[in-house]
Amino acid sequence: MTETATHTQGGFAPPVRFAVPGRIAVSEQVATRWQTATLTEIRRETARAATFRLAVPDWAGHLPGQHLQLRLTAADGYVAQRHYSIASAPDDSGHIELTLDHVEGGEVSGWFHTVARVGDQVAVRGPLSGFFAWPGDRPALLIGAGSGVVPLMSMVRHHRARGLSVPLRLLVSARSPEELIYARELGPETTPVFTRSAPAGLPVGRLAAAHLAPLLAERPPGGWEAYVCGSNAFAEHASRLLVAAGQPVDRIRIERFG
Amino acid sequence: MNSTTRGFAGRPRAARPGLPPGQYDAGDDWPVLSAEVTPDLAPADWTFRIGGLVTEPRTWDWEQAHALPASAYSGDIHCVTGWSKFGVRFGGVSLDAFLDAVRPLPSATHAVAYAHTGYTTNLPLADLTGGRAWIVWEYDGQPLAPEHGGPARLLVPHLYFWKSAKWIANLELLDHDEPGFWEQNGYHPRGNPWQEQRYSGD
Repeated sequence: MTETATHTQGGFAPPVRFAVPGRIAVSEQVATRWQTATLTEIRRETARAATFRLAVPDWAGHLPGQHLQLRLTAADGYVAQRHYSIASAPDDSGHIELTLDHVEGGEVSGWFHTVARVGDQVAVRGPLSGFFAWPGDRPALLIGAGSGVVPLMSMVRHHRARGLSVPLRLLVSARSPEELIYARELGPETTPVFTRSAPAGLPVGRLAAAHLAPLLAERPPGGWEAYVCGSNAFAEHASRLLVAAGQPVDRIRIERFG
Repeated sequence: MNSTTRGFAGRPRAARPGLPPGQYDAGDDWPVLSAEVTPDLAPADWTFRIGGLVTEPRTWDWEQAHALPASAYSGDIHCVTGWSKFGVRFGGVSLDAFLDAVRPLPSATHAVAYAHTGYTTNLPLADLTGGRAWIVWEYDGQPLAPEHGGPARLLVPHLYFWKSAKWIANLELLDHDEPGFWEQNGYHPRGNPWQEQRYSGD
């Protein structure tokens, strides 16, 4: 399913420490073709986030962690395009799911949250970018905040659906239990961190070294591959904590929601 | 697929002549999109080397690079993820000044840019010459922030911004094209925003 990318570089060059995990088998010609997707279900996750299930008849499959490009077209020809992480695990149902925050003033997320209904059609293409993908082949330490949990949940769902035994842990930060996306689905692999309000008995505070220490101490064979996803501020904070705790810098993959 | 989306009008907008197809105006935002950890790289530790198919490979340190004639870019930048940023101002040195010193061989047609993190991106040499590319260390008159590639980054504003390698370390001149980090991950080999060259196959 994957191939290792190599560089054949003559002369002096800095080492390419930054590992590309491999490319997916989906052909780029298929991935870059726009397709019509039909909205088949809308599920509310939190007050701000909802999951949109799309039927994509020619979807060629994806790896957990990949994203797609989505396009809305106005009557006057105006086009709005955005990239969204795929929330669902790869399966053969011909469907994919996106979980979108309702961004204030967001023209695309605004359409999804206030206009979209089952039966509506949008254009999508993908899957795109293999760097943040996790094929399920190595121990994965997943760290996300807010809607940054979306591509990580695809990995958790994949792990469960395939009954994988490779270690997987999820550390997810949310402002409050009410804002924790997928709360009902999270299991023993997950440690939630609440930054504004928490259930009785749980501390309130930002992701800290103390949250990472026990997970890093587990040290699975081969070590963790860390996947960090969230706002840039969160990604900077979490990746610095990881480096300070000894996680190799070239085994930290970051998806920043700009 | 070109059919319209029911109920979608888009946000109110004025015609924006400088906006390439499929892009939106990020306004004052400058999103950060790096896949790797931001490196701790002090100006004193920064070096920039040009090697490969050149007459005289050379490495510059921070002071030597700053001794070259200053050059600025004022204009727009375009990210493949969809945002464009208008009227940005970068300060640094034209890449022509560096290339003049190493004298590229006639066989050199392409380059791979390397970051101090190990990130790579490929460019035709023609996109790096003729006053169209810079090594920059200032943004809006201030030192370039680490998360935006400081202390110094490559700037090739006429291409999508993943070509403007942050934390630039090295330029290797080649006689062939060799895909870099994102290009190996399915991005377009050149990345011209006006032709929407986002992904391989576009």
